[in-house]
Amino acid sequence: MKPTFGQRLDIVTRNSLPVLFTLVLVLVNVVPLHIPGFSRIVPVLPLLAVYHWSVYRPELMPPLAVFFIGLIYDILSGSPLGVNALVFLTIYGVVIFQQRFFAGRSFVIVWMGFGIMAFVASVESWILVSILSESIVEPRALVFQYILNVGFFPLLAWLFLRWQHFYLRSD
Amino acid sequence: MKDDARFISKIAQPVRGLAHRFAYLSLIVAAFGLMMVGKVDAVLMERARTMVTDSVAPIMDTMSRPVESASQFFRKVEALWGMYEDNEALRGDNERLNQWQAVARHLEAENIALRELLNFTAEPEAGFVSARVIADTGGAFAHSLLLGAGSRQRVAKGQAVVTGAGLVGRIAGVGKRSSRILLITDLSSRIPVMIEPGRQRAILAGDNTDRPRLIHMTPGATLSPGDLVVTSGHGGAFPVGIAVGVVSDVNDKGGVVTPFVARDRLELVKVVDFGLQGILRAQPIEERPISAPVEEELDKAHTTTPIESGNVTSSGDSQDP
Repeated sequence: MKPTFGQRLDIVTRNSLPVLFTLVLVLVNVVPLHIPGFSRIVPVLPLLAVYHWSVYRPELMPPLAVFFIGLIYDILSGSPLGVNALVFLTIYGVVIFQQRFFAGRSFVIVWMGFGIMAFVASVESWILVSILSESIVEPRALVFQYILNVGFFPLLAWLFLRWQHFYLRSD
Repeated sequence: MKDDARFISKIAQPVRGLAHRFAYLSLIVAAFGLMMVGKVDAVLMERARTMVTDSVAPIMDTMSRPVESASQFFRKVEALWGMYEDNEALRGDNERLNQWQAVARHLEAENIALRELLNFTAEPEAGFVSARVIADTGGAFAHSLLLGAGSRQRVAKGQAVVTGAGLVGRIAGVGKRSSRILLITDLSSRIPVMIEPGRQRAILAGDNTDRPRLIHMTPGATLSPGDLVVTSGHGGAFPVGIAVGVVSDVNDKGGVVTPFVARDRLELVKVVDFGLQGILRAQPIEERPISAPVEEELDKAHTTTPIESGNVTSSGDSQDP
């Protein structure tokens, strides 16, 4: 039986939700929270999302989308254009390359994997920004940002996994 | 039939893998390319940036409102807590400030009288646009904010952004309805300043920490903690005397300044148009006798408020006995 137009539309919408939701996270990331000192170390939410989807459902997060998510994050955050596009693509590429390693692993392993990948992301962006600004950038805020990135991951992953369960069951 | 399909998929799979890999690699190259282009042509990149920020500005404006109300609510609750102490402190302040007001009135009158004696050219009065901060672009590197006002509200590149406490930064990019502020703590921020007691010149350079440094100090200048730092107006980008911060630490390389404005508390800011044609407009400054045409030009450049130009005379006149 061929799916009707409505059903196809439904599938397309569902499949594009991870990307759309990640784009929303980019916007959420830059909302002023008025908490003293927090804006410097606010976690990079789209990075968390890109990692999550490339581990669990890479087919729903195509590389072109990863590139644009990174680019929009660069544009809104005021960092040099291309830096986070490259960082997100790196994380995506490494995860896809190591897909066998992640397949069917427990959440703790995935979280530890994120600990490593977030470290790679922080160091990579630090090197890129330092080269582009031709000076060694003060990295202290980055350390705290890394800690928050890793700390926030389970929360976001839990939300995504809940939603994924719902999505898979109704598939 | 089945064999055919299997055969096709046997060929198609590696081809698809190759295509994926190619797409991935070309995106990596594109990211590098963007960085290079951004390094070479910053103006083009800024234009692209403003296009995107312009289109998301309404969304950001809506998203930032509830957060702002919540933070205002918490601040009110916080204020209720210490109301009695605040009240006592404010009474004390009020008494002290009343005395200062009398002194200031006296000085103002004296100042006007002396300016008249000297035929001093008054600076144009500034117009300003108040705007909401719609995005604090967090992150460990960039220090910039997005404002919900752009060229439609007569915000222009290079204008100073201030609050009641002091200087916030300058406008780095302008879209139609949004603009980007480069904070004084950003890596690429360089602002000519003066250290108040001795009026020594220096450049305030952001270095990605919360406390920017003083560089290029006048040789032999002395600096001590607690000195007031204000804008010097050199280079013509900023007006003279906007408070920036206090010197909080002195070392052999220069000093460290603690700004008066904390970025986390910013909700409404003022974009100040002083009508100055500074280095940012990149226009050659012509030497010519100051007369009526200049006033016309200033009027064109600066239409938000009328300008009070004082007694405009050439410098030779004032030396006449």
